[in-house]
Amino acid sequence: MSKTILSVDDSASVLQMVKLTLTGGGYSVVQATNGADGLARARGGGIDMVLTDLNMPVMNGLTMIRELRKLPQCTGLPIIFLTTESAANMKQEAKAAGATGWITKPFQQDQLLAVVRKVLGA
Amino acid sequence: MSGTDPTLIYRQEAAELLEQLEQALLDLEHAPGDADLINTAFRALHTIKGSGAMFGFDAVAAFTHHVETAFDRVRKGEVAASTSLIAVTLAAKDHIRRQIEQPDSASEAEGAAILDGLQAALVAQSDSTPVPAAAVTWRLRFRLPLDAVAMGTNPLLLLDELRALGPCIVVADTSAIPPIEGLDPTACHVGWEVTLTTGQPRSAIEQVFLFVLDDMQLDLEQVAGHASEPRPAAVAAAVASVRAEPSSARTTGSIRVPAERLDDLMDQVGELVIAQSRLKQIAGASRDIQVKAISEDIERLALELRDTTMGARLVPIGQLFGRFRRLVHDLSRELGKEVALVLSGEDTELDKTLIERLADPMIHLIRNAVDHGVELPGQRETAGKPRQGRIALAASHLGHEVLITISDDGAGLDRARIQQRAEEQGLLVPGAKPTDSELFQLIMQPGFSTASEVTSVSGRGVGMDVVRRAIDSLRGNIDIASQPGQGSQITLRLPLTLAIIDGLLVRVGDGRYVIPLSAIEECVELSANEDGRSRGHSFLNIRGSLVPFIRLREAFDTRTQPDPFQKVVIVSSGEQRVGLVVDQVIGDHQTVIKSLSKLHADVAAFSGATILGDGTVALILEVAHLVEQGKQHDDTRQAAE
Repeated sequence: MSKTILSVDDSASVLQMVKLTLTGGGYSVVQATNGADGLARARGGGIDMVLTDLNMPVMNGLTMIRELRKLPQCTGLPIIFLTTESAANMKQEAKAAGATGWITKPFQQDQLLAVVRKVLGA
Repeated sequence: MSGTDPTLIYRQEAAELLEQLEQALLDLEHAPGDADLINTAFRALHTIKGSGAMFGFDAVAAFTHHVETAFDRVRKGEVAASTSLIAVTLAAKDHIRRQIEQPDSASEAEGAAILDGLQAALVAQSDSTPVPAAAVTWRLRFRLPLDAVAMGTNPLLLLDELRALGPCIVVADTSAIPPIEGLDPTACHVGWEVTLTTGQPRSAIEQVFLFVLDDMQLDLEQVAGHASEPRPAAVAAAVASVRAEPSSARTTGSIRVPAERLDDLMDQVGELVIAQSRLKQIAGASRDIQVKAISEDIERLALELRDTTMGARLVPIGQLFGRFRRLVHDLSRELGKEVALVLSGEDTELDKTLIERLADPMIHLIRNAVDHGVELPGQRETAGKPRQGRIALAASHLGHEVLITISDDGAGLDRARIQQRAEEQGLLVPGAKPTDSELFQLIMQPGFSTASEVTSVSGRGVGMDVVRRAIDSLRGNIDIASQPGQGSQITLRLPLTLAIIDGLLVRVGDGRYVIPLSAIEECVELSANEDGRSRGHSFLNIRGSLVPFIRLREAFDTRTQPDPFQKVVIVSSGEQRVGLVVDQVIGDHQTVIKSLSKLHADVAAFSGATILGDGTVALILEVAHLVEQGKQHDDTRQAAE
């Protein structure tokens, strides 16, 4: 019953921190280490939300978001990306690609949960 | 009934005023500066005092005077409506009610203690007067980008977030929705106008729209004047046009009619409908065109009258929900928890009797939610949740039923623990793998409790079985869902009224019976082939699944010759299905329920009786009981396999 979040990041430590936080908040987490991997996971369905980094090897986050939005099953799917304060222009670009919202790095666990609850509901 | 007793009127009026007072006090907790609420509380106290003196309730007047004086100071801004002042005023309100209803049980010492507390609360303030953020009313008009929903933004969640900031009036602007042929179902054409009263700053409101703020239209303005002007004229007009009748949960300006009179009226209307259907039969057989015309007129009028009468018995569930605010307030205090109660669908109407009988089971469920559901603030923080727990009560109509949901964001039900207890108590075969829904149904078995220690609030040995029995007796059912760490939702599904059901009239031998239509899934024929084959084991193959069936002829010991083609009515209760074999399916029948006499109260197979058009009596079958019987068949079959 719990909602499943796809976490996409090339950094193992970020993946782990995200997983710990989200499972602690009662969500299920599936992981992918780059955009292509994430896209393949999302094609399989059963995902309620995507949380992705933008800078990744093989396929970057922006491309993945664009590809995701082409999939019919991803209409309305909340997609949140991780960004840094310095990359302000990325926000606009990622939103144009189809992202729903963002989290600014570095973030605290409760900030992450607050954003997830904001787009997924309690 | 002593309608001439003038003190009765005072009592009724005072009860209403005390309710208003409590409501205002509880609201004040969240909006301590709201001048409107303070005035409401003051006025209520003032009237209770004034009329009390007039009707000879001198003790009430004397006591209330002190409380009124305290609130007069709040009104003048000399002291703030602090939490301690509100708590002691709530206690005072209870005392006043006792003074009015049972003057003997209200001790003076208790009253004096409350007044001391009142003084203490006022004095404490002169040392450190907290300055609460005054609630301000905002008007928001917003329209999301067309592709917002497709891009993952859920507008309903945004509205929920706004509601979490303070009381909201939400009006949807649907003017921009294109005609159906040009409609893109994924595009967000709806705009919203929200009137929000909150102590939070502007940035908190903008924060709600964080992700869409750059692309959306958002007009955010502070409404002129202060918080006491709840809705601007434009919104009020829109609200009025959306809701044809402005009856909100708080409107009390209406005619007072004793409930018994409504019951009598309903009973008489029931008889009228029966008499009318007899007339219809006679008119049907007659060739006289005038008789037929009159019969049709009377049929229409009788049915309209019935609907109107039913309507008069309906009251908004907000009355009931309102009572729980106090319950949650007191309970969470007692248990050291922080709980916010969120209500929605207060305008949903249902039968008065139903509302009265719902109070106890709902109190039980809410207690459970506060006591066992919501965790202590510390535990919640460790789990990464906000300190304050949330219990939501929601009501809505679904066809001829009412859905009431009680949900919390607490720890959820402990699956492993329930399974373990169920196995210990022999309710479950060890090692069985029940579904969530099946497992959670078990907690409603008599005597089932997982609470390891008895707290003072709940868990005194009366468990969910009491709730289930109460809901069963209202012909409703309960569904429990729960996610570990996220909370539980309990959904009650109830009929709109207890007085009338839609039924299917069937014949078994010479007797006629009514099966509630809501329980019926389908009717099939019992072929002679299957009939013969199933002599030993009573199962029917319905599209691949085996459904046990009960021959009502045998169950009711009918000795007449059976009809050659027996029919099976498939009924369900919960997730279990059972076939009832009858001689003939006669047709739809709207039934006014008459309860059985006390002598027959123990007959579990029937829930009541009704009088048919020709004056004969038909018994109403209790489906839950029959399904239970069928399930026992089914269990023996599974055991045998």
